[in-house]
Order: sequence, then C-alpha cells, then structure tokens
Amino acid sequence: MVPLHYYLLLSAILFACGVTGFLIKRNIITIFMSIELMLNAVNLSFVAFAARWHVLSGQVFVFFVMVVAAAETAVGLAIIIAVYRTRETLNVDQVNLLKL
Amino acid sequence: MNPVATPFFFYFLSAMALISGVLVITRKNPVHSAIALIFTLLSLAGLYLMLYAPFVAGVQIILYAGGIMVLFLFVIMLVSVSRVERESQFNKQWLVGIAATAALGVLFILVYAKGKSVFPERTVQLPEQLNTQQVAVWLYGTYMLPFEIASLLLLVAIVGAVVMAKKRI
Amino acid sequence: MPGAISQWFSAGDYLLALPMILLSIFALGILLIDLMLPPEWKSINAWTAGIGLAFSTAAVIRIHLAYARAGQGVLSYTGFMGSMMVDRFAIYFFYLFLVGAGIAILMSAHYLEIERENHGEFYALILFSVVGMMCMAAGFDIVLIFIGLELMAISTYVLVGFLRSDRRSNEAALKYLLLGAFSSGIFAYGLSLLYGLTGSTNLQLIGEHLATHMRENPHDPIAILALVTTSTGLFFKIAAIPFHQWAPDAYEGAPTSITGFMSVAVKAAGWAMLLRIFLSGLYPMRPIYVPLLVFVAIATMTGANLAALTQNNLKRLLAYSSIAHVGYMLLGLIAGSSTTPSATGIQGILVYLLVYTFMNLGAFAVITSLRRRDVIGDEIDDIAGLITRAPAEAVLMLIFLLSLAGIPPLAGFYGKYFIFLSLIETGHYQLAAVAVLYAVFGLYYYMRIANAMFMRKAVDTRPVTLSPAMATALAITGIATVGIGIFPDLFIRAAGWSLSIAQPLQLTSLFH
Repeated sequence: MVPLHYYLLLSAILFACGVTGFLIKRNIITIFMSIELMLNAVNLSFVAFAARWHVLSGQVFVFFVMVVAAAETAVGLAIIIAVYRTRETLNVDQVNLLKL
Repeated sequence: MNPVATPFFFYFLSAMALISGVLVITRKNPVHSAIALIFTLLSLAGLYLMLYAPFVAGVQIILYAGGIMVLFLFVIMLVSVSRVERESQFNKQWLVGIAATAALGVLFILVYAKGKSVFPERTVQLPEQLNTQQVAVWLYGTYMLPFEIASLLLLVAIVGAVVMAKKRI
Repeated sequence: MPGAISQWFSAGDYLLALPMILLSIFALGILLIDLMLPPEWKSINAWTAGIGLAFSTAAVIRIHLAYARAGQGVLSYTGFMGSMMVDRFAIYFFYLFLVGAGIAILMSAHYLEIERENHGEFYALILFSVVGMMCMAAGFDIVLIFIGLELMAISTYVLVGFLRSDRRSNEAALKYLLLGAFSSGIFAYGLSLLYGLTGSTNLQLIGEHLATHMRENPHDPIAILALVTTSTGLFFKIAAIPFHQWAPDAYEGAPTSITGFMSVAVKAAGWAMLLRIFLSGLYPMRPIYVPLLVFVAIATMTGANLAALTQNNLKRLLAYSSIAHVGYMLLGLIAGSSTTPSATGIQGILVYLLVYTFMNLGAFAVITSLRRRDVIGDEIDDIAGLITRAPAEAVLMLIFLLSLAGIPPLAGFYGKYFIFLSLIETGHYQLAAVAVLYAVFGLYYYMRIANAMFMRKAVDTRPVTLSPAMATALAITGIATVGIGIFPDLFIRAAGWSLSIAQPLQLTSLFH
C-alpha cells in the first residue's frame, strides 16, 4: 500500500514543474502546456484527497477542473491564432507592444 | 481484492509522469512537448485507477489525452514550427525562474515531509463498482448548479474561440 | 439524499438562481437574434442586453423583498443543497454587478460602432460574465466559486481581445489569459489543499473543520501552504501587488468600455469571492493571514502610487490608481479580521466598492467619449484642453477625479473614511497614517489629469460629441458620485444592511 503523502509529493513536484515551465519558456504554446501540467497536479491531489476522506466530492471537482482546462485551452489557442495573424510570432518576448 | 495498487506500479507510473513532465518543459520542439505531456496524462490516469477513481481515469484519457491534446497539436501544426526551432527556447529571466521554482520544490518537499502526520498512512479502498453512479449522484445533487454553470462555461469557450479565431464574424 | 432527483430541488432553489437564469436566457437570445440582424440594426443587441439586465434586477428585487417580508428572523436563504447562499451580502453585490454591467453597455454602444466591431457576441459575453460574478458572490461552495470565477474570467479574456484587428487588444488578451490561467492553477491548488485538510467543499464546513484543525496543530505547514496558495490566487484576481502585472496591460489594451467594466464589476466580483473565502473559510487562520495582508496592502499602496506618477496613458494611469484603491480596501479587511474585529472595516469595503463603481466608470466614460475614427484618445495629451472642447465633460471628469482622490464632499471620501475609521478603531494607527499619506500622494497624479484638462491648450480643437447612451451613462455616474457624497446615509445603511447577515453568521460565530 502506498502512503497518501507520496501521491501528494508527486503532485507537488508536477506542480513545481508546471510553474517552472510557465516562468522560463518562451514559446506560448509550451507555456500553455505548463499550465496544463499545473492543473493536472491539482487533479492528482484532489483524487488523492478523495481517497483519504472516502468522499467522492474530490473526484467530482476534477471534472470541473477539466472543463475549465478545456475552455481555457480553446480560448487561449484561439487568441494565439489571432496574435499570430497580426504579428507572425509565438515568442512571448516579442509580444511587447505593452510594457511588461 | 487489491491486485493493481502495488507499490511497483506506483513507482513506475510516477517515474513516467515525472520524466515526461520534465521533458514537457525542456524540449525545444512543441510537438515533442505535446507528446511528452500525453505520456504524463496517461500515467496520471493510471494513478487515478490506483486511487479508486476509474471514471476519472477514463475521462482523463478520453477528454484530456484525446481531446485537449489534439487541440494543442492542431494549433502547433497551424502556426509554423520551424521558426520556433530557430529561436532560443528560454526567456531572459530563466535563471530567476529556475531558482524560484527550485526553492518552491524544496519548500514543497519540506512541507510534506513535516506535515505528513496530518494524513493517515494508508488510503482505504473505495467501492469501485459504484464509482460512476456515485459521481453522477454528486453531480446532479450537491453540484447541480456548478454543473449547469459549466455548460455555460463551455458555451462561452465556443463563442470566444470563434470570435477570436475567425477573420470575419 | 432521499427520494427521486425531482424532489431534491424545490421552486425556492430556482428562485434564488432566477437572476442568473434570466441573464443566461437573454445572452442566448442575443446570440441567436444577432445572426438574423442586418448590420444597421445592431443596436438592438444593446437594447436586448439592457432588458435582460432589467429583468435580472427585477428578480434580485424579488429575492430582496422576500428578506424584507421575512424580517430579521431569516438569516439567509441557501439553495442547491447548500452550494449557493443568496444572503444580503450576495444581493448587495448582485446590484453592484448589474449596475456596472448596465453602465458599461451604455458606454459600449457607440464606441463599438466607431471600432467597427459591433457584434452581438460582445453583449452576450458581458451578460455571461455577470452570471459568473453572481456565482462568485453567492457561491458557498468552492466548486461553484471556482467555476463562476472561470466563467467570468474567460468571458473577460475574450472581451479584452474583442478589437481583433488591434494589436494592443490581442496582446492584452493574451497576457491577461496567460496570467489568469496561471493564477487559476495556483488558486485551484490551494483549494485542493483546503479540501484535503477538511474533507469538504462547503465553505461553512471548511471553516469549522479548519478551526478544529488549527486548534490541534496551530502551525501546520500544509495549512499554511493552503492559505498562501489560495490567497495568491485571490490577490491575482483583485490585482494586488506583487500579483498585479496583468492589470495595466489588460486595462490599456482592452476596449475602453471593457476597461471600465473590468475595473469595477470584475474587481467587485473578485472582492466578493475574497471576502467570502477569507471571512467564512479561512477565518480560523486569521493570526497567520493578517501579517500577509498587511504586507500586500502596503506593497500595493506603495507600488501603485509610485507607478501611477509616471504614466502618460490615461487608461494605464487609471489602472494603477485602481490597484492603489485595492490597497486601501485591503486595509479594511485587516481591520475586519484583527483580534478585536471591527465590522466597520468590511462595511467600508462595501461602501468603497459602491462609490468606486460610479466614479471609476464615470472617468472611463469620459475617456471612451474621446475616441473617434482617427483618434484613439487615451493619452494624457488627448484630454488636454477638454474645458474648451466639452466644458460639461471636463467638469464631470474633475468631479470623478476629486472623488477618486477622496476629497470630502464627494462619494469617494466616504469609502476612505470608513476604512481609516476602522483602522483607528482596531488600533492600527501606523497603517492609518501610511494610508492617509498615500491618499494625499494620490492627489498629485489625479491633478495632473485635471491640469491637462483645464490649463493646457487643446491639441485637437474639434468639440466632443456625445451619443445619447453615453450622455445617460455620464449623467448616472455623475449624479451618483455627487449624490452619494451629499446624502451618504442611505448608501451606508445599505452596506450595513448587507452586512447584518454576514455579521452574526460569519463574523461573530467564528469569534471565539
């Protein structure tokens, strides 16, 4: 039997991975993938906690997180296409009309 | 009845999740990153099975690995990959970013090492046969309103994607 | 859960959700009608949206009357198995959102024609985002709050990028979406830890279990991690420094009417969510979160006031000013959760949000009216000499600016007054002194705009024309800004009324 906090540790490391990707990558699509990693870490900890409390509400929250992830991705990729159409780059550093 | 949840599978799946998770953020080519992400998603689905969440695992494979990732690959194909490869892949503050998240990772490990006493050592088996039915009961019971709002959310996503991506509305 | 599904919910549940249901129906209606409208009839969409808001307001009034009839005995109505709580606090915010959206629609009608992006989707998305805000204000379950937050956020991302041929708008949408999704991820991680510590998604139960948990081990690192990640997500949403980077960009790039909408309604929704979570769920952890709030509040006031000094773009300047206002409001929350808590602080936040809705929307309405086919009109040079071009607007703008600065006879004064009062009541004299200092400091950059309007020569001497809708928006905001300043009692009592529920249920029940 695997102790619960192993799952949580895995989820925390995946989350840190996603945060790293978000902070250091240049390509916008990969940045989006990093956000997906973060959300998956969240899902893993929800499922693990659901097993810890014997309540399924944690598993149900996972579906909502998935819906949110799907919606964010769809809108995000559409915005990427719009940006790409006006300036032909996917590099975050070059999307700089507005100051950071 | 406890055949799948052996420690071996846990270590195997979590190693796969971690390695492909790191690959997602270190590969230069976004297609490679996407494929690595699919592997992370699949190994997480395996872990959900071990945590007695078969329905979540199924949805993870169908919706995430199947649906969302296809969307990603679609857009990667739509915008050109070749010029991305010529640009450097990390931004200017990558050192700061790595330092910050290394600190974050150490913090997480410390927190869980110190705080593990809060959680019980063993997870208990949930009734797997009724899982899907139970999920449905939650969705149409306590979470009825969020469930309806989620449908609006998806509608907004569709409308938003059309507004942003289409040349003329 | 006994019986068939049909017995789980009663008509009462749907009555509580009626404001949202009506808005959704009208938003869907706009999406469908828009397909059949010829281009010259597009203004019908704005009318439909306005009627939808009116119907929704009627539904809120219906719930409001139910409280009035039930008297003081009824504390709150919960619906959908406790996941939603339409208490007086929620009703107060419902009104705020509806007013904010209504004025934003008035501001948009002519502006979108100038931008040649007059599509029905715009109004539908505004209505959908109001539905999301209502879920955030009335949500008593972290699932509903989270999904409502995302509904609002995703609608707003698209609205920010609505001027699709404008590069600034596109980029603003992209930055807003990236940082918004990132912060949602952090927020969701915090929620997962809260769920893990308490085993429930209901805020009431989270608060109760967390109280027991904190008594058993007061310095549990996982609880602290949960607090920090959750509040990071919340601070992102209200744009408090150091999590504010998205705000100036999104405000500058968005269509001006949407900038106004974001700075009031979206911000108010963020505050509703923040107050709910801090005062109901996380309340047992207040010895830990108060220092955090103090740090964020001081950083926010300092950073935003300094950054606003050097801005030459009006929208950016007002963005920093709106961040500074968040700093003042955070002080109210500090007073509301100190060891001898003062309800004045929370009441101050509510009053502040109300007056801020009118004065800030008014200021953005003036900026919106400067837009023409060939002039973007959001630089400080564009407003120069406004007194010769449009005297009435210049005077109104001066009123809004003075009110934002907190000059006594105007509405903005009362927001700051209550917050400073609550700080003094709870003995935070240093904080009060710092806040007053920064408020005086803020006067400088507001007066820079006023100086440009009255003292400098106009670059573009054509008079400013107002569409009837814009004139209405300016009239409403102007009258409200002056009116609240002269007759504050009514509005202060309204804020107190909305608290009269939060107090016994959320504040006092947790004061041990």
